[in-house]
Amino acid sequence: MLFNNPDVWEITLLSIKVSGLATFISLLIGLPFGTLLALNKFPGRSFLLTMVNTGMALPPVVVGLAVAMTLWRSGPLGSLHLIYTPGAIIIAQVIISAPVVTGLTTAALQALDPRLRLQLLGLGASRIQMIFSIWVEARLSLLAALMAGFGSVISEVGASMMVGGNIRHQTRVLTTAIVLETNKGEFANSIALGILLLLITFSINFALTWIQQQGVKR
Amino acid sequence: MNNLVEIHSLLVHRAGRPVLEIDHLDIEKGQVLAVAGPNGSGKTTLLMVLARLLKPERGEIQFNSQQWNSIPNLDYRRLIGLVMQDSLLLNRSVFDNVATGLRFRYLPKSVVTCRTNEWLERLGISHLRGRPASQLSGGEARRVALARAFALQPDLLLLDEPFSALDRASRNKLQVDLKTILAGVNITTVFSTHSETDVQKLADRMIELNGGKLDHDLCT
Repeated sequence: MLFNNPDVWEITLLSIKVSGLATFISLLIGLPFGTLLALNKFPGRSFLLTMVNTGMALPPVVVGLAVAMTLWRSGPLGSLHLIYTPGAIIIAQVIISAPVVTGLTTAALQALDPRLRLQLLGLGASRIQMIFSIWVEARLSLLAALMAGFGSVISEVGASMMVGGNIRHQTRVLTTAIVLETNKGEFANSIALGILLLLITFSINFALTWIQQQGVKR
Repeated sequence: MNNLVEIHSLLVHRAGRPVLEIDHLDIEKGQVLAVAGPNGSGKTTLLMVLARLLKPERGEIQFNSQQWNSIPNLDYRRLIGLVMQDSLLLNRSVFDNVATGLRFRYLPKSVVTCRTNEWLERLGISHLRGRPASQLSGGEARRVALARAFALQPDLLLLDEPFSALDRASRNKLQVDLKTILAGVNITTVFSTHSETDVQKLADRMIELNGGKLDHDLCT
């Protein structure tokens, strides 16, 4: 019954779009930044690593509070009119998942033999070629970083609720819809939406795991 | 002038202390030079300096009659071939590993395939071309690492203990094959070793390092 409701599909699509885009942006930030932290030694690196590792455990509700205060009409970025839009949810989710992708990228690249970089340079690799080669070499761990980044945002509710406002047809995503249905006492709907969320998470992780394990077989 | 490399007043520091000091060292074109010495004597450091992966504190180096510093890093590294002590293969097929350096140079696919196949054949590992590097024995992995460097047709080949951690049979077979290959390609080669047998079988000349300083310089 629930799955015949067009609202459910709208919510589902918005969830996938928002969390998928947030994960993609996190990858664009986390992959180069994690690589920088893994391959270079510079003053302040330990501090940055500590910040990233702390960021991996950021409570979504705290992120939601900070983003809400920033995007609030009277806040520093209030003029952008982003509060209670999908854009606001994406910003909050990027703040949650970028440290996860960054931290796991750093760990994945540091786990490789450091002499491999020298060997690649000794074979005539440019710095960019060397970095691409070690990304390919660490692809299994990097895919795990991507999965962890996606998992951290598709399942969060605090930030989405605070900066999105759970507005029907605009910012309602699966997690906030589950909260709403539970508050209304509609447990059957909550359970159905929960199962849908689990199915989506499972399908996306199944696809990424399949790609990852193809790499193992090679 | 028949020298490929001329080193003057080379000094390399690590952790604030000198680990390699060479007043003068020439390496002739086509020569196979063995660098012997105990652990920590500076053999690998010399190879890393020659590969431009370690910056000396001071020293003047000429490469093919050119001031070393005048050649950009990437251009210089594309004139050399390096095989480090462990084979350090990528988690890909044997063919892809041997083709790695050629692909870095953006050579046409036909050239990459042709040269990769040629060196797989010459190192006796063409039957392994599709096998993942993770499934190779130590001896096979070493041959792949050597093929990967030879395929680049370098001006200077640097081999860091190419026979270390191999069993006697693999070592002897590889020595024979490498001697045949080196006799045929005329590539200036510098290899580090602990073994007198390696020196006798392969080298035209041997230098011995001790405490980072040149101790002996012998023609074999």
